[in-house]
Amino acid sequence: MIKTMELTKNFGESIVLKNITTTINKGEVVAVIGPSGSGKSTFLRCLNLLEDPSSGHIWLKDEEITSLKVNKLQVRKNIGMVFQHFHLFPHMTVLENVMYAPVKVKHMKKELAEKNAKELLARVGLIEKVEAYPNRLSGGQKQRVAIARALGMDPEIMLFDEPTSALDPEMVKEVLDVMKDLAQTGMTMIVVTHEMNFAKEVADKIIFMDEGKLMEEAEPQSFFKSPKTKRAKDFLAKVL
Amino acid sequence: MNLDFSQIVPSIPFILEGIGATLKFVSVSILFGLLLGTILALCKIGNKKWLKWPADIYTSIFRGTPLILQLMIIHYAVPQLFLYDIPVFLSAVLAFGLNSAAYVSEIIRAGIMAVDKGQVEAAEALGIPYRPMMANIILPQALKNILPAMMNEFITLTKESALVSTIGYMDLMRRAEIVGAQLYRNFEPLLFAGVIYWVMIFILTNIGSWVERRLRQSD
Ligand SMILES: Nc1ncnc2c1ncn2[C@@H]1O[C@H](COP(=O)(O)OP(=O)(O)OP(=O)(O)O)[C@@H](O)[C@H]1O
Ligand SMILES: [Mg+2]
Repeated sequence: MIKTMELTKNFGESIVLKNITTTINKGEVVAVIGPSGSGKSTFLRCLNLLEDPSSGHIWLKDEEITSLKVNKLQVRKNIGMVFQHFHLFPHMTVLENVMYAPVKVKHMKKELAEKNAKELLARVGLIEKVEAYPNRLSGGQKQRVAIARALGMDPEIMLFDEPTSALDPEMVKEVLDVMKDLAQTGMTMIVVTHEMNFAKEVADKIIFMDEGKLMEEAEPQSFFKSPKTKRAKDFLAKVL
Repeated sequence: MNLDFSQIVPSIPFILEGIGATLKFVSVSILFGLLLGTILALCKIGNKKWLKWPADIYTSIFRGTPLILQLMIIHYAVPQLFLYDIPVFLSAVLAFGLNSAAYVSEIIRAGIMAVDKGQVEAAEALGIPYRPMMANIILPQALKNILPAMMNEFITLTKESALVSTIGYMDLMRRAEIVGAQLYRNFEPLLFAGVIYWVMIFILTNIGSWVERRLRQSD
């Protein structure tokens, strides 16, 4: 589904991603974990070209999206992204937030887009909030709208950058539940997270990053039981 | 005290005509400044260097020199180069419009920059192209920052408009001066003009606070 080869990113002098080579298959749920500043967000943001990789390659399905010819906007249509701080459009209602991109980018008919949007909002449990503005919602509700908004473009992959880190503890579960449901539908998901239980239960694969390098890539059971690198051991000792 | 308002009564219609003259050139200047300022702002926020730096230099020059100097250059100095006469109205509108554009472009630029960066990222991640992103997502949010500052700019421009009396444009100020010279009494006509300016600014200020209240309500 998505493949990276020697993916490298530097900001000026500092190298933030070093030669990341990995493959993520269709329907896989991958949890990306690692210490703060290890390059997790940057890795995610390279995948939908919010950051331009400095060198290396990324393929989405069979298309190399790091080639100069690709249209970034076209690539992003197929990749949904959910941010730590939601970034809902504050001047639009919940429904408008979800409908806007399908209508504007995919030129979908308004009626159809509205029907889809309402289905998605029902799916994340917010059908009664369609007319509300984002500032009337709790953090958990906002994040669920943000997920619905990303799903509105009918992407093939969903990227999540610490989707629950900005939430009050009592709201984490409602968002994780939506993500679990999504995983069950067979969505390909790459999730940067500090929720180790989510990573254990839901992920098919763990990617552990440290100092810009992909240190370990393993199934959750083996990773959490017996991490191979010392870095991963130290990290797990701190967070578990 | 030597004050006698009865003497200026016959000249009142003459002075009042200046309101129209002032408003006419102020509103044309504002529109001109708004248009050019918007274009300049778009040049500044884009990522094209060859658009950005001319816009920055423009702003620096027009904000970094006295308005009265700009007015004099446009009305007296440039015609000297090209040997033609420029009508006072045109000079006035050019000077105030060009000057206002510099301030307007900064107001718009700052208003747009103040919109959360995450909004751009969210729009980009959804594959929304630049124009609809600007028009439907960034600008509506920036307007909240822009409108109050813009009202201030219009108020300043209206007040400063009295400077055009120096090139002989028959605005409120100029007319008050003329009456003063004719009657050998300056206090009464100037005070009269001052009251009119104050009323105009008072109205503008109130429109400004009304706009600001409306914006706050929609939060
Ligand atoms: N735009 C940028 N310019 C310069 N340096 C940056 C930029 N973005 C990220 N970095 C640096 O890259 C490194 C990795 O950042 P990144 O945000 O990818 O880490 P992270 O693993 O997501 O951390 P966290 O868990 O804190 O979110 C950090 O040292 C950060 O300071
Ligand atoms: Mg991060």
